[in-house]
Parts: sequence; structure tokens; C-alpha cells
Amino acid sequence: MVRAFRPESVNHALEIMSENQVIPLAGGTDLMVQRRAWSGLPPRFELPVLFIDHLEELQLLRKEEEQLRICAGCTFTSLLEHEAVPWEFKIVIAQIACPQIRNRGTIGGNICNASPAGDTLPLLYAFDAELALVRKNDSRKLPIEEFLTGPGQTVLEKDEILKEIVIPVYSFNTFFYRKVGARRANSCSKLSFTGCARVDGNKITDIRMSFGAVAPTIVRSREIEARLRGKTGKELNKLIPEIIDLYAELIKPIEDQRCTIRYRKTISLKLLHHFLGDVIMAKMT
Amino acid sequence: MRINFFLNDKEVQVETDPLRRLLDVLREDFELTGVKEGCGEGECGACTVVLDGKIVNSCLIPVGTVEGSQVTTIEGYRTTERYRVLQDAFAEAGAVQCGFCTPGFVMAADAMLRKTPMPNEDEIKEAISGNLCRCTGYNAIVEGIKIASRKGRGLW
Repeated sequence: MVRAFRPESVNHALEIMSENQVIPLAGGTDLMVQRRAWSGLPPRFELPVLFIDHLEELQLLRKEEEQLRICAGCTFTSLLEHEAVPWEFKIVIAQIACPQIRNRGTIGGNICNASPAGDTLPLLYAFDAELALVRKNDSRKLPIEEFLTGPGQTVLEKDEILKEIVIPVYSFNTFFYRKVGARRANSCSKLSFTGCARVDGNKITDIRMSFGAVAPTIVRSREIEARLRGKTGKELNKLIPEIIDLYAELIKPIEDQRCTIRYRKTISLKLLHHFLGDVIMAKMT
Repeated sequence: MRINFFLNDKEVQVETDPLRRLLDVLREDFELTGVKEGCGEGECGACTVVLDGKIVNSCLIPVGTVEGSQVTTIEGYRTTERYRVLQDAFAEAGAVQCGFCTPGFVMAADAMLRKTPMPNEDEIKEAISGNLCRCTGYNAIVEGIKIASRKGRGLW
């Protein structure tokens, strides 16, 4: 059996995928850990691997008027170093793993690995990111929340790859992100909270909140956000307990070796409270 | 798969399973045992090498992906003046005890000094956040990197 393919281009990769069932590998920082064998032995891949880390077509990044188009093979380090990447993304990416992993791990891999704790996911949800998928002679585009369906689960077909992440440009003026883990570097989050907002004068013009690692996929509710839009500081203050109750319904964490259910839920809601009651309120004039 | 790459500035070729870890190929096929295996899952940084100018964990790199790339291990780096400065600084600070993690720390320190020749303490800590040391408690390593940055001024 062929152990690995090294295509010359994206089209070549798609050609290979139309004829073979493969595991695409970009940075490998998740795949190589998930499939590791005993020390000294090659990792155990159940299917041939398709190397895509060297394809420059997948490492492009371009800023258009209203959106940023990031190709899936961009490493975290390359995003941190690129001037067009919004500062909110840089705050989140700088807290991923460590330099060695950021030099290798890719944004596309973070999405396709579909971990509920994937570090870039909550912010991509908050920014309404869209994903461009390609297969031989075909392509489609869909919002990130339709792409991820559960832990490790996506709608990606066997012969399809994620090519591009399209991020609309927003000018939020309020941002709060907290990743809660056992240590600062190299930790998989117990939970994370991301809050973005635009506060003009005494009014919330736009607000988005997302929670990582507390449900099978990222938690974001446009309905709850809609209730906060247009509210003044006074109105917001009154609404906070009700909003917290609404999110408490949506936050359904599991218990694992990293964290208990109670901790995940309590801290998520406290971070939400802090965002609404302190961070947003401080921005009001 | 036949894989061609540059290892410590020399062109090399290896015929092997492309999914083998770069770590194993370096240690077993090229006998570069300065590259250590600690955790085997990218947490400890003991297997750190420089791949095309950037530090990576060689335990997470399938060797088939390094085709045409430049790989530098501690054995290649030790011929440089920068290495000598880091070595002396680590010795002066007492930053080496058992020594197992040291090659990884040296590679991580060099990678940072190339970008930030005069780092502050936070920058140093961030730069070595992917490396674990179970002996020193890190303070001596941070101190060693500060000394290297001072004494090696102009080298990075």
C-alpha cells in the first residue's frame, strides 16, 4: 500500500483524492499525536496520507475590501506575522500551544480537526467566518457553524479539502478573550470565552459571544445576541441575569480528565458576566 | 519514498517510510542523538530542530514532508559562534543539570534571539514555553539566555 502522496499542486491533490481515500496532513501537530505509536515506531495511519503542507497555493492570504481570505495551510506563526490579520485573531493565536507548534500547526487543521476545544473556532464563529471547500471539478462555500457537526465531526466529504477561510472585516472596539487551561503554554483549554462588541456612545451596536469546549461544538446564539443589540448601559444591566440564564441552557459540558462539568459551566458564565457587566459597561459613555 | 533534504548544511538522501518521525530518522539513520525524545507528543520540546528557519518538534514531523527543506540540529548549530556564546552563558548561569532538555532549549533560545536580540524576561519565557525542564526550575535557563543576549551582542 502507498503510505503517502506528495502532490505537486492543489489540483493534483484533488485528483489523488478522487481516486484514493486519504488523510490530508498539513501541520500534523494533531494527527501525529492522535496516531502515535511506541517510541521509535512510525505512527499508525489507517489510510495513506496526503501531504499538503508544502503547497504554496494553500498558504496565501489576501485582504479584499470587505473580507480577509486566509488559505487553510497558513500556519499560526504566519498569521501572527501578517499585518492584514485582525488584532483579535492575533490575541487568540498567540495563546495557542507554543512556538514550535505554532510554526507548524495550521488554521485549516484547527478547523478540520473539529475539537470542541479548537482555539480558533470561537472567534471564527464570532466573526461569521465562511469556509470554501474544493473537490475535483467542484467547490462550495458554507458558514463555519454548518461545517462543524460534533467533536471531530465535519461535513467534509472524503474527496474534499478545506481551501480557504473567508473572514468578513469588522471594526469591533470591545474584545475580551479568556482561555482557561492548566497552564499558559501547550494546554488544551478547559473552556474558553470570546466576546466581541461595538459600543457607540451609550449603546451596543453589535455584540457576539461564543464559548469553546463546553458543548459538542462552539456555542453561539444569534437570538440572544439580538436581544442585546441596541441596548443602553442601563437596559443591559437589567438584562444580565436573564441573559446568563439563557446561556446556562446552552452550555452543556462534558466531564473529562481536564475538567469537571461544574467548573466548566460556572467559569463560562462568570466570564460572560464579566464581559457584559464590566468590559462592555466600561466602554459605555 | 526517497527523500532529499539538507541536513546541517549537507545534502542528504534517505529511502524510508515517509511517515516515520523526523526525530527517529535523525537519531537512528543519521546518529544525531543530540535530538532527544521526551514526550513524543509535542509537549516537551526536547526534540526541537530548525526546519527552514523555524523551530519545530521533530517528533511531529513525518519525514516525507521535509523534502527539499533545510534541517538543522544541535550538532549543526554547535559549529557556530552563537552556539559558543549560549553554551558559555548556560554554564555560567547553571542552566544545565541533567542536560536532557538542553539541546531543545538552546535551539528555542537561538530562534528567539534571531528575532529579538535583546529580549525582556517575558519574551524569554514565551520563547521557551514549549520546552520542559524538570531539573532547573527555569530561572537559571532564563538567566542564561539573558547572559547570552548581553555577551553575544551583535551576533544575532
